[in-house]
Amino acid sequence: MADVNRGNRPLSPFMIGPYYRPQWTSMTSIFTRITGNGLIVAAALTVWWFLAAAAGPDAYRVANGVITSWFGDIVMTLSVAALWYHTLAGIRHLIWDTGRMLEVGRAERLGQAAVAGAVILTILTVLIV
Amino acid sequence: MPYMTDRKRAVGLGSSKSGTEHHWSMTLSSVGLLILVPLFVFTFGPALGLPYEEMVLYYSRPFPALVAGLTFVVGFHHFRGGAEIMLEDYVGGFARKASLAILACLSYGLMAAGLFAVLRLAL
Repeated sequence: MADVNRGNRPLSPFMIGPYYRPQWTSMTSIFTRITGNGLIVAAALTVWWFLAAAAGPDAYRVANGVITSWFGDIVMTLSVAALWYHTLAGIRHLIWDTGRMLEVGRAERLGQAAVAGAVILTILTVLIV
Repeated sequence: MPYMTDRKRAVGLGSSKSGTEHHWSMTLSSVGLLILVPLFVFTFGPALGLPYEEMVLYYSRPFPALVAGLTFVVGFHHFRGGAEIMLEDYVGGFARKASLAILACLSYGLMAAGLFAVLRLAL
Protein backbone atom coordinates (compact mmCIF):
# COMPACT_ATOMS: atom_id res chain seq x y z
CA MET A 1 0.00 0.00 0.00
CA ALA A 2 1.35 3.43 -0.86
CA ASP A 3 2.33 5.45 2.18
CA VAL A 4 3.61 8.86 1.11
CA ASN A 5 3.76 10.17 4.67
CA ARG A 6 6.09 7.56 6.15
CA GLY A 7 8.10 8.84 9.09
CA ASN A 8 6.30 12.16 9.39
CA ARG A 9 3.22 11.15 11.35
CA PRO A 10 2.25 12.14 14.90
CA LEU A 11 3.24 9.38 17.32
CA SER A 12 0.68 7.85 19.66
CA PRO A 13 0.27 8.46 22.59
CA PHE A 14 2.38 11.63 22.56
CA MET A 15 -0.07 13.63 20.52
CA ILE A 16 -2.52 14.73 23.19
CA GLY A 17 -3.84 18.13 22.23
CA PRO A 18 -4.16 18.90 18.53
CA TYR A 19 -4.44 15.30 17.30
CA TYR A 20 -5.75 13.31 20.22
CA ARG A 21 -8.90 14.25 22.14
CA PRO A 22 -8.45 13.57 25.88
CA GLN A 23 -10.87 10.92 27.12
CA TRP A 24 -11.67 9.52 30.55
CA THR A 25 -9.93 6.24 29.72
CA SER A 26 -6.62 7.71 28.51
CA MET A 27 -6.47 10.48 31.13
CA THR A 28 -7.19 8.16 34.07
CA SER A 29 -4.53 5.77 32.73
CA ILE A 30 -1.88 8.50 32.53
CA PHE A 31 -2.90 9.73 35.98
CA THR A 32 -2.40 6.20 37.35
CA ARG A 33 1.24 6.30 36.22
CA ILE A 34 1.81 9.83 37.56
CA THR A 35 0.35 9.03 40.98
CA GLY A 36 2.17 5.68 41.26
CA ASN A 37 5.58 7.15 40.50
CA GLY A 38 4.91 10.34 42.47
CA LEU A 39 4.26 8.29 45.61
CA ILE A 40 8.05 7.80 45.91
CA VAL A 41 8.19 11.22 47.63
CA ALA A 42 5.85 10.18 50.47
CA ALA A 43 7.48 6.73 50.59
CA ALA A 44 10.94 8.23 51.07
CA LEU A 45 9.60 10.65 53.72
CA THR A 46 7.95 7.73 55.53
CA VAL A 47 11.15 5.64 55.52
CA TRP A 48 13.03 8.70 56.81
CA TRP A 49 10.49 9.01 59.65
CA PHE A 50 10.99 5.34 60.61
CA LEU A 51 14.81 5.57 60.39
CA ALA A 52 14.79 8.70 62.56
CA ALA A 53 12.43 7.00 65.03
CA ALA A 54 14.85 4.07 65.27
CA ALA A 55 17.83 6.41 65.63
CA GLY A 56 16.62 8.22 68.76
CA PRO A 57 14.59 11.13 70.20
CA ASP A 58 16.59 13.96 68.57
CA ALA A 59 16.45 12.60 65.02
CA TYR A 60 12.80 11.68 65.55
CA ARG A 61 11.91 15.21 66.62
CA VAL A 62 13.36 16.61 63.36
CA ALA A 63 11.72 14.07 60.99
CA ASN A 64 8.40 14.10 62.85
CA GLY A 65 8.49 17.90 62.86
CA VAL A 66 9.01 18.11 59.11
CA ILE A 67 6.28 15.57 58.25
CA THR A 68 3.71 17.18 60.58
CA SER A 69 4.56 20.76 59.54
CA TRP A 70 2.17 22.61 57.21
CA PHE A 71 4.41 21.70 54.27
CA GLY A 72 4.54 18.05 55.33
CA ASP A 73 0.76 18.07 55.78
CA ILE A 74 0.29 19.27 52.18
CA VAL A 75 2.68 16.61 50.82
CA MET A 76 1.13 13.82 52.88
CA THR A 77 -2.49 14.82 52.10
CA LEU A 78 -1.75 14.97 48.35
CA SER A 79 0.03 11.63 48.66
CA VAL A 80 -2.94 10.04 50.42
CA ALA A 81 -5.13 11.24 47.54
CA ALA A 82 -2.62 9.79 45.04
CA LEU A 83 -2.46 6.55 47.04
CA TRP A 84 -6.25 6.06 47.05
CA TYR A 85 -6.56 6.99 43.39
CA HIS A 86 -3.75 4.59 42.42
CA THR A 87 -5.35 1.85 44.57
CA LEU A 88 -8.78 2.26 42.97
CA ALA A 89 -7.24 2.46 39.48
CA GLY A 90 -5.38 -0.75 40.33
CA ILE A 91 -8.63 -2.48 41.30
CA ARG A 92 -9.93 -1.36 37.91
CA HIS A 93 -7.01 -3.11 36.22
CA LEU A 94 -7.68 -6.29 38.23
CA ILE A 95 -11.30 -6.19 36.99
CA TRP A 96 -10.17 -5.57 33.40
CA ASP A 97 -7.66 -8.44 33.64
CA THR A 98 -10.59 -10.84 34.10
CA GLY A 99 -12.09 -9.59 30.82
CA ARG A 100 -14.94 -7.70 32.46
CA MET A 101 -16.07 -4.04 32.07
CA LEU A 102 -13.99 -3.48 28.92
CA GLU A 103 -16.80 -1.85 26.91
CA VAL A 104 -16.01 1.85 26.34
CA GLY A 105 -18.98 3.19 28.31
CA ARG A 106 -18.41 0.95 31.31
CA ALA A 107 -14.64 1.50 31.24
CA GLU A 108 -15.23 5.27 31.32
CA ARG A 109 -17.64 4.92 34.23
CA LEU A 110 -15.03 2.87 36.12
CA GLY A 111 -12.55 5.72 35.67
CA GLN A 112 -15.05 8.27 36.94
CA ALA A 113 -15.78 6.00 39.91
CA ALA A 114 -12.04 5.80 40.71
CA VAL A 115 -11.72 9.61 40.73
CA ALA A 116 -14.86 10.08 42.86
CA GLY A 117 -13.86 7.24 45.20
CA ALA A 118 -10.38 8.70 45.68
CA VAL A 119 -11.85 12.10 46.67
CA ILE A 120 -14.22 10.49 49.19
CA LEU A 121 -11.54 8.19 50.67
CA THR A 122 -9.08 11.10 50.97
CA ILE A 123 -11.62 13.23 52.88
CA LEU A 124 -12.40 10.23 55.14
CA THR A 125 -8.69 9.58 55.78
CA VAL A 126 -7.99 13.22 56.66
CA LEU A 127 -11.00 13.20 59.04
CA ILE A 128 -9.98 9.92 60.73
CA VAL A 129 -6.18 10.33 60.88
CA MET B 1 -3.24 -27.04 11.87
CA PRO B 2 -6.46 -28.47 13.32
CA TYR B 3 -4.41 -30.07 16.10
CA MET B 4 -2.81 -26.75 17.13
CA THR B 5 -4.55 -24.76 19.85
CA ASP B 6 -4.98 -20.98 19.47
CA ARG B 7 -2.46 -20.41 22.23
CA LYS B 8 0.14 -22.68 20.64
CA ARG B 9 -0.19 -20.80 17.34
CA ALA B 10 0.40 -17.47 19.12
CA VAL B 11 3.48 -18.53 21.14
CA GLY B 12 6.65 -16.77 20.01
CA LEU B 13 4.87 -14.33 17.68
CA GLY B 14 5.11 -11.33 20.01
CA SER B 15 7.98 -8.89 19.67
CA SER B 16 9.24 -8.83 23.23
CA LYS B 17 9.36 -12.62 23.94
CA SER B 18 8.86 -11.93 27.64
CA GLY B 19 6.82 -9.79 30.01
CA THR B 20 4.11 -12.05 31.39
CA GLU B 21 6.19 -12.68 34.54
CA HIS B 22 6.47 -8.92 35.06
CA HIS B 23 2.74 -8.41 34.61
CA TRP B 24 1.93 -11.30 36.95
CA SER B 25 4.37 -9.99 39.58
CA MET B 26 2.65 -6.57 39.43
CA THR B 27 -0.77 -8.24 39.68
CA LEU B 28 0.25 -10.31 42.72
CA SER B 29 1.90 -7.40 44.53
CA SER B 30 -1.11 -5.17 43.76
CA VAL B 31 -3.42 -7.65 45.48
CA GLY B 32 -1.03 -7.72 48.45
CA LEU B 33 -1.01 -3.93 48.59
CA LEU B 34 -4.80 -3.85 48.38
CA ILE B 35 -4.76 -5.48 51.83
CA LEU B 36 -1.65 -3.77 53.22
CA VAL B 37 -2.18 -0.15 52.13
CA PRO B 38 -5.43 0.51 54.06
CA LEU B 39 -3.92 -1.25 57.12
CA PHE B 40 -0.74 0.84 56.83
CA VAL B 41 -2.56 4.16 56.32
CA PHE B 42 -4.70 3.62 59.41
CA THR B 43 -1.88 2.29 61.63
CA PHE B 44 0.89 4.70 60.52
CA GLY B 45 -1.46 7.72 60.42
CA PRO B 46 -2.24 7.78 64.16
CA ALA B 47 1.47 7.28 64.99
CA LEU B 48 2.46 10.43 63.06
CA GLY B 49 3.07 13.28 65.45
CA LEU B 50 3.15 11.13 68.63
CA PRO B 51 5.72 12.07 71.30
CA TYR B 52 8.85 9.89 71.09
CA GLU B 53 8.07 7.56 74.05
CA GLU B 54 4.49 6.89 72.93
CA MET B 55 5.65 6.28 69.34
CA VAL B 56 8.23 3.70 70.54
CA LEU B 57 5.54 1.93 72.60
CA TYR B 58 3.16 2.00 69.62
CA TYR B 59 5.65 0.39 67.21
CA SER B 60 6.74 -2.18 69.83
CA ARG B 61 3.37 -3.84 69.27
CA PRO B 62 3.49 -6.65 66.68
CA PHE B 63 0.58 -5.62 64.47
CA PRO B 64 1.59 -2.07 63.41
CA ALA B 65 5.22 -3.22 63.04
CA LEU B 66 4.31 -6.23 60.88
CA VAL B 67 2.03 -4.11 58.68
CA ALA B 68 4.78 -1.49 58.20
CA GLY B 69 7.47 -4.09 57.42
CA LEU B 70 5.31 -5.96 54.91
CA THR B 71 4.18 -2.70 53.28
CA PHE B 72 7.83 -1.69 52.74
CA VAL B 73 8.74 -5.06 51.16
CA VAL B 74 5.72 -5.40 48.86
CA GLY B 75 5.39 -1.64 48.22
CA PHE B 76 8.96 -1.06 47.05
CA HIS B 77 8.87 -4.25 44.97
CA HIS B 78 5.72 -2.94 43.27
CA PHE B 79 7.25 0.53 42.87
CA ARG B 80 10.34 -0.89 41.21
CA GLY B 81 8.22 -2.86 38.73
CA GLY B 82 6.01 0.11 37.84
CA ALA B 83 8.79 2.68 37.57
CA GLU B 84 10.77 0.22 35.44
CA ILE B 85 7.99 0.20 32.83
CA MET B 86 7.85 4.00 32.85
CA LEU B 87 11.62 4.28 32.28
CA GLU B 88 11.50 1.67 29.51
CA ASP B 89 8.72 3.69 27.84
CA TYR B 90 10.45 7.07 27.87
CA VAL B 91 14.24 6.51 28.20
CA GLY B 92 16.49 4.75 25.71
CA GLY B 93 20.08 3.60 25.26
CA PHE B 94 22.65 4.04 28.00
CA ALA B 95 20.40 6.41 29.95
CA ARG B 96 17.86 3.60 30.25
CA LYS B 97 20.40 1.17 31.71
CA ALA B 98 21.74 3.80 34.10
CA SER B 99 18.30 4.91 35.29
CA LEU B 100 17.19 1.27 35.78
CA ALA B 101 20.28 0.66 37.93
CA ILE B 102 19.57 3.79 40.00
CA LEU B 103 15.94 2.70 40.34
CA ALA B 104 16.97 -0.73 41.67
CA CYS B 105 19.38 0.85 44.19
CA LEU B 106 16.74 3.34 45.34
CA SER B 107 13.95 0.75 45.67
CA TYR B 108 15.97 -1.89 47.53
CA GLY B 109 17.81 0.76 49.56
CA LEU B 110 14.57 2.27 50.84
CA MET B 111 13.10 -1.21 51.41
CA ALA B 112 16.11 -2.29 53.49
CA ALA B 113 16.24 1.00 55.41
CA GLY B 114 12.53 0.81 56.25
CA LEU B 115 12.77 -2.83 57.34
CA PHE B 116 15.83 -2.16 59.50
CA ALA B 117 14.12 0.79 61.21
CA VAL B 118 10.90 -1.13 61.91
CA LEU B 119 12.83 -4.13 63.28
CA ARG B 120 14.92 -1.91 65.52
CA LEU B 121 11.80 -0.11 66.83
CA ALA B 122 9.86 -3.31 67.36
CA LEU B 123 12.56 -5.44 69.03
